[in-house]
Parts: sequence; structure tokens; C-alpha cells
Amino acid sequence: MKPFKPNTDHLLVPPVVKTPERAWHLARINRRPSIKNSLLILVIVLVAGVVLPLLAPQNPYDLATFSIMENRLPPGAESFDGMTFWLGTDSQGRDMVSAILYGMRISLIVGLVATTIALMIGICVGLVAATFGSKVDAVLMRFVDFVLGFPSILVALVLLAALGRGVDKVIFAIVVVQWAHYARVMRASAMVERQKEYIEAAENLGYSKMRIMFRHLLPNSISAVLVIATIRVAVAITLEATLSFLGVGVPVTEPSLGLLVASGFQFLMSGEYWISVYPGIALVILIFSLNLAGDRLREAFDSRR
Amino acid sequence: MLTYIFQRLLQSAVVLLAVSIVIFLAVYTVGDPVELLVNPEATELEREEMVQVLGLDKPVLMQYVTFLGNAVRGDLGTSFVHGVPAVELILSRMPATFELVVFSMLFASLIGIPIGLYIGLNSETRMFRIIMTGSILGYSLPSFWKGMMLILLFSVVLHWLPSSGRGETVNLLGIPVSFLTWDGLRHLTLPVCNLAIPNIALMIRLTASGAMEAQTQDYVKFARAKGVRRKRIINRHILPNILIPIVTVLGLEFGNLIAFSTITETVFAWPGMGKLLITSIYQLDRPVVVAYVMLITFIFVIINLFVDLTYAILDPRVRLMDQSS
Repeated sequence: MKPFKPNTDHLLVPPVVKTPERAWHLARINRRPSIKNSLLILVIVLVAGVVLPLLAPQNPYDLATFSIMENRLPPGAESFDGMTFWLGTDSQGRDMVSAILYGMRISLIVGLVATTIALMIGICVGLVAATFGSKVDAVLMRFVDFVLGFPSILVALVLLAALGRGVDKVIFAIVVVQWAHYARVMRASAMVERQKEYIEAAENLGYSKMRIMFRHLLPNSISAVLVIATIRVAVAITLEATLSFLGVGVPVTEPSLGLLVASGFQFLMSGEYWISVYPGIALVILIFSLNLAGDRLREAFDSRR
Repeated sequence: MLTYIFQRLLQSAVVLLAVSIVIFLAVYTVGDPVELLVNPEATELEREEMVQVLGLDKPVLMQYVTFLGNAVRGDLGTSFVHGVPAVELILSRMPATFELVVFSMLFASLIGIPIGLYIGLNSETRMFRIIMTGSILGYSLPSFWKGMMLILLFSVVLHWLPSSGRGETVNLLGIPVSFLTWDGLRHLTLPVCNLAIPNIALMIRLTASGAMEAQTQDYVKFARAKGVRRKRIINRHILPNILIPIVTVLGLEFGNLIAFSTITETVFAWPGMGKLLITSIYQLDRPVVVAYVMLITFIFVIINLFVDLTYAILDPRVRLMDQSS
């Protein structure tokens, strides 16, 4: 147990700005039903993405659980051992329902992990730029502009062409193309916050830059960056799916939704539509619910309204 | 103005140099091109020769200097697979990509801007809400899947439109184009739609939010108070003002569309430079990948410069010299 130490921080730095603002944020969400609905949809989709793979009838990554003999069966067909393939099977004989559920989980993991890492890097860079200002700020932001100057899909594509396939490599590529977005937004809102009196007070108290950055600036300027993060997860998932579709993403043995869609492309012309259509629908539901929630959140936090 | 352009060109040169270093290290030092070029029965001696011809026995720095020296003279290497200069190969594919991109942008602007303007001016209606939410779906559809669904619907099920290739082309000023023949137009339709859909959504959202904001501005209120007709307010007051961000985004989107056409070209087997990039990545044709990245960077740098200059022309308040803000 830690010895009791009276917290005197609030006597020195009035927390007036902090508390009401946060409460006000929550109130904003509560006031708008459309945000609540979109967040509810998002939560359902996210939970489904985590829980449903546990209930999947088959493990699509375990070669022993499916047979190549049962490849490209139409939806509703039955397997040799009596299981029904409600959405058909792919060219390897995988049950599409299971493959989609597992693929969705991979897409979610890649999207969330990549976004979290990129977010942390972006937040640190943005905070450092805003806190130190002048030269440091100029150099960092030039670099951010440089990174943002290139289309993410090309950078990730070329990067993965050099690195090879793999879930970790895809995450790395997404982090490389995304951190700069967060850095820019974080810097912008931290710059506004920096002008306020409580930061000046903290500086005059001789607090270290580290403390000011993470204890004062961060909690008060993080909301903007978190709001864009919702949309950015959708972008990350789209990017992963696209890279996998182009054949430089996740390995063939662990198909994500994008790779499943790609594997059905060659059979599309002969009318075996289900291999591409259903994983794509799952992907769209995932991306759309993220974008919808992100858009509603952004609307609510938009200071002009 | 001239000083500014000169400054920007200098900056662009630095960017190109930085990119050349990164891409050289990323692509040239990973793997072994000799494996690819020499036939499997080659003797050790032939291998050695190949290594020397390619200059792979030299230190990385020397290799880079050679590469840079050649690059400055416009030589970005020879394609391993096709045996022709990489730059030439990419330039020969460029018209197809540009045709796709230009038509997508035209299509997106012609549809997106009027719809956006209309709903932005009527933002209290139900229509506004529906279209705005629909536009989120517009950019949520992953390009590759949407392309495949277009093929499934219009080529496989309905048999209306062809699913791949450029169709019949005619030469316009020595450049082969598809849009002047009926067959070419039919081939162009699906890829253009596929590439344009997210941008239609973007144009709608951008124009709508611009129009909504402009309506609350004093100059619009004043014009209305003066008794200016609604049509004139929209055409002469609102539209020119909201056009500035639209032009900026359109310019920047041009570059993005070139990048994103890679996916569309792959789905529709459109023989553009994006398809070439993907094929080259599969075939480990490094000079083409490097040349593509360098060329794309160059195009981006030019587009950015162009957008900034157009900005200054459209909005007299923007001062190009002022770099402090």
C-alpha cells in the first residue's frame, strides 16, 4: 500500500478547464440519438468479430478440418460428414461461414493493432512538436508533410513488396502510412491547448516538459485525435484488405476478408459468386459501421455546431 | 512569384532525392536479382559475369551513386522482364491510366458537385440526411470488391458491358485512347465508375458542407438583403467561394486516383501503369518498380505545386511568399 500523500496539484493548477469539458463531451454524445445508434451498431459488429469466430463450425486455418474434395460448393450444400455449408465453400474447400468469421477477426486485429501503434507514435510526435515548438516543430512537421504527400496504398504496396507477406508486416506498413495523420491532428489541438493559462501556470511552476506533455496537454487535447482514429481504423482495415487482395498482404494460409475476396475473383466469371460476394459484404459492414460512427462522432465534436 | 516557384522546385528536388534513397535501399538491397536473370543452368562464371555487369559487386553507396547518375540523365534502368528501358515502359502505359483518371474526375465532379450543392442548400430536408449517410457507404465500399460486384452485375449477369481490357483504341495526337470508339467507351464505363464512386461521395460531402457554411456568411446575407435573386447568389456568390477547397481536393485527388487506379486496373485488367506496377512486383522486376515510384513522386510534386499556384489564382487573399503561417 502506498503511503498517503495529499494531492496538492489541484491547489496549484486549477482543473477548471479539464473536468467540465469532459462531462460536456459525454453530454454531447448522449444528446444525439444518431450517435448512440451508430456506436451501438459498431459495438455489436466489434463484439461479433471477436466472439463469433469461437462459434465457427470449422477452423479455416487448420488444414485437417476441411477437405479439398469439397471445394467451391454452392451455398446450402452439405459436406460428407453432414455439415451444411450455408454460404458455400472456397477453392480450398473451406466453409465460407467459418472463413469469413476468422477473416473478419484478422481484419479487426490488423486494423486495431495498427491504429493503436500509429496513434501512440502520432500522439508523441504531435505532443513533442507542440511542446517544443520552433525548430523541432518545423522539422517534425516537414517530415509529416513529406510522409502525407504520398498515397498510402502505394507506400504500403512498395514496402510490402520489399518485405514480403505476413500479418506483422502488414501492420508495420499500415503504421508507417498512418502515424503522420495523428501527429498532425494531435499537434494542431495541442497547439491550441498550449496557449491556455493552465499550461503557462504549469510551466511557471517548473514542471518538466514531460509532465506538462503527458499530464496536462495530452488529456486535454486527445479527443480530436481519438475521433479521427475511429475513421482511421476503417481506413486501416480497407488498406489491409486491399493489400491482401493485391497479393502482398496476409499469408495465404490465414486468409483475411480481402484475401478471401481475391481468391474468388477467378471464379466470378463462371458464376461461382459466393466466394467473393459474402466476405466482401462482411468487409463492407465492418468498414461502414466504423465510418458511420466516426462521422457521427466527428459531427458531435465539431466546434462549429 | 518566380522566387516562390524556384524555391518550391528546389524543395521538390530534395524530396525526389530523399525518395530515391529510400526506394533504392528498400528495393535494391533486398533479395538477389541475379537469381532471376541468370538461367538456372548457368555456371558460376556466368553468374560472376552477371554480377559484374549489373554492378552488384560494388558497395551499396557506389551502386546508389551510379543509379543516381543514370537517373539524372533520365535512365532509371532496364526492365528485367521486358528488356526495354523502365521509363519508356511506364510512359507507354501512362495514357491508359490518365484516361481512366481524367474521366473518373470529370464524372465525379459532374455528378458530385451539383448534388452536393443542391443538398447543401436544402440541408434541413430528409434528402440531405439520406444522401449524406449514403455517401458514407460510397466511400466505405472497398474498391476491389466494388469493381468485382460491378463485373458480376453488368458483365456476368446482365451481359451489358465488357469486364476487362481497353477495347478498340484510336490514336489521338499519337496517343492511343479508348473514349473515341464505341467499343472503347463500353470498356471504359465500368472502371471509370469504379474509380469515381468514392470521389462522387467526397465531392458531395465537400460541396454540401461548403454550401452550408457559405449560406451563413455575411456576404450571402447581404446579397440576399440587397434583393439579389437566389440563382445569382448561388452562381456568383456561393459557388466561387466554395470552389476553392473543391479545386484543392480535386488536384490532390488526381494524384490519389493515379495511385488508386492500381486496384481498379488490376480488377478490370486495364493496361495502365498501375497494372504494370503490380505485375512488376510479382515478377520482381525491380527497375520498373523503382522507376514507377520515382515517376509517381515526380507527378505528385508537380501536382502539389500546381494546386498551390491555382489556389493563389482562385483566392487573391493567399500570399505565396508568406511561408510563416
